[in-house]
Amino acid sequence: MLEIEDLTVSIEGNRLLTDINLRIEDGETRMLFGENGSGKTSLLMAIMGLGDYQVESGRIRFKGEDITGLTPDERARRGIGIMFQRPPTIRGLKVKDMLEIIQRNGKDAEELAAQVNFTEFLERDINAGFSGGEIKRAELLQLMAQDPDLVLLDEPESGVDLVNLDVVGNAIGRLLQRDVHRGRSKSGLIITHSGYILDYVEADKGCVLVNETIWCTGNPHEIMKGIREHGYEECLTCQRELK
Amino acid sequence: MPERAEVRKKAEAARQKPGKFGPDIELSEYTLEAPAYEPRPLAEIDLVDRERLLSAGVDVSGEGRSGSFIQVDKSVIHASPTQEGIEVTSTRAALETYDWLEEYLWQVVSVDADKYTASAELNFQDGYFIRALPGARTVFPVQACLYLKEADISQNVHNIIIAEEGSELHIITGCATDSPELRGLHVGISEFYVKKNAKISFSMIHNWAPKISVRPRSGIRVEEGGVFLNNFICLHPVETLQLFPAAFLVGEGATARFNSVMMAPEGSHMDVGSKAVLSAPGTRCEMIARSITTGGEVINRGLLIGEVAGVKAHLECRGMILKGGGRIYAIPELDGKVEGVDMSHEAAVGKIARDEVEYLMARGLSEDEAVATIVRGFMNVDIEGLPPVLAEQIEQAIELSQQSLL
Repeated sequence: MLEIEDLTVSIEGNRLLTDINLRIEDGETRMLFGENGSGKTSLLMAIMGLGDYQVESGRIRFKGEDITGLTPDERARRGIGIMFQRPPTIRGLKVKDMLEIIQRNGKDAEELAAQVNFTEFLERDINAGFSGGEIKRAELLQLMAQDPDLVLLDEPESGVDLVNLDVVGNAIGRLLQRDVHRGRSKSGLIITHSGYILDYVEADKGCVLVNETIWCTGNPHEIMKGIREHGYEECLTCQRELK
Repeated sequence: MPERAEVRKKAEAARQKPGKFGPDIELSEYTLEAPAYEPRPLAEIDLVDRERLLSAGVDVSGEGRSGSFIQVDKSVIHASPTQEGIEVTSTRAALETYDWLEEYLWQVVSVDADKYTASAELNFQDGYFIRALPGARTVFPVQACLYLKEADISQNVHNIIIAEEGSELHIITGCATDSPELRGLHVGISEFYVKKNAKISFSMIHNWAPKISVRPRSGIRVEEGGVFLNNFICLHPVETLQLFPAAFLVGEGATARFNSVMMAPEGSHMDVGSKAVLSAPGTRCEMIARSITTGGEVINRGLLIGEVAGVKAHLECRGMILKGGGRIYAIPELDGKVEGVDMSHEAAVGKIARDEVEYLMARGLSEDEAVATIVRGFMNVDIEGLPPVLAEQIEQAIELSQQSLL
């Protein structure tokens, strides 16, 4: 689904990611761990082609196609969807209208909203005055309408209260077809700092981003346990370096 | 001296008085002469460009309206209500019918405010009279159209709108020209009277042309429990447009809301705002302005005056400068005269935020679609209390303007 080869990314001359290599298979859900400021969000932004992120070298391939030079909308139309951590408010654009604009495969806004307890927000301007948890649900709702093949989630659990963690976790599970045993085709790359999302979303693999690059890959629970016990520094000496 | 003569005298004295705001217009450069047209049924109206009127919210078929008024230059060619309890006629005819109507002239707009008000008195060319009788409520909006057809014409109209006690009146006014090349001047005086517990929604859509100058002068008196909603939409070029309607909230609990949506292309000068004087307890006012420039100049004014304790008013003014540049000058003013007033304002002028464009692009919209969506949202002022047909009409006007934007 996604192949990243030797990707080096900078912003205004400052290097953020160096020689990133990452491969996500069809139907695979991958957790990406890393400290705050380690470049996790930058990686997602670079995959989506957003912001002023400059790809200095390397390639991003999606479904076999080199998308490194494509605009965000071209990537979205090819089937990549992203959850923003701090999305902007768009005045006058109602959640319901946004869903209608972006929906693929004839998804019904009301039906989707009911799945994430968001029906009462359909008439609200997108992200206007939303709490942290509401933002997450609004983002997930849009992704559900978009129905992408590769889902990029940036800390989906942050700011979500306990009551809604379940709702968010289930929605992510459905987005990534975690309830499907055979023929799962949707892939995901999920950033997590706290790791709480692991209690709600079963991931196939985990990897760690430290010092601008990816160091370690393996069982996500094991990695999380390792980080909790030994910190991220441990990853720098880990045997499972992904190179 | 009889009162009428006094009014004329004041107007004579103000004949050369420039307006407080907006570029000065030399009235002698325009003619008062125009062919006279006879009144006729809606079905026989062929004097106007129906398409141009439609984009100003006026449907010449009269379908879905509680009455229609159409004036071409100085001639009223149609005036008829289609609902009981609603009166739609020309001001001249109404003055002949009702002796008491004289008392409503020049009460909330001063005849000597400037040369334009003076001209409307001295060169009176009719206008519309719309009234809802006590308790009457319009099912559909009444439509009124002021149309310029003759080159270099100066149209001077005086409109009187009255919502009697407990009534509800929805009006859509469309202003348009016969061709985009036409040069002309429109001076329109509108005096609104919202009686006790009555409501008027007045939506004015301007569809002028690059060589038209426009000087509306409006005043609104709102009595106890009355509501006045004003929507002003101008999404087409105009040489110079200046208006600053004033609402006087004189009765306890009276409410006024002004929404304006403007788009100024290169060559257009729009000086638009509103004023509200809150002089009774519990009165409320909200002003919301959205302006976009693609090269033109927009001045957004807003003035709230709180004269007694317990009033609440808010003014919000947002401007967006798109490709092509231009200027947006926001002047929000608050004047609290006693302790216990609650008034606020917020103003912002900027460009389309890059992160908003990218956000929509990440959802699959092209850059142009993203910009159009943001602009549409920006102009989508939530207008409460409008009948669906009117809200749709406004939405349609915004949609149409979008096509020319990008």
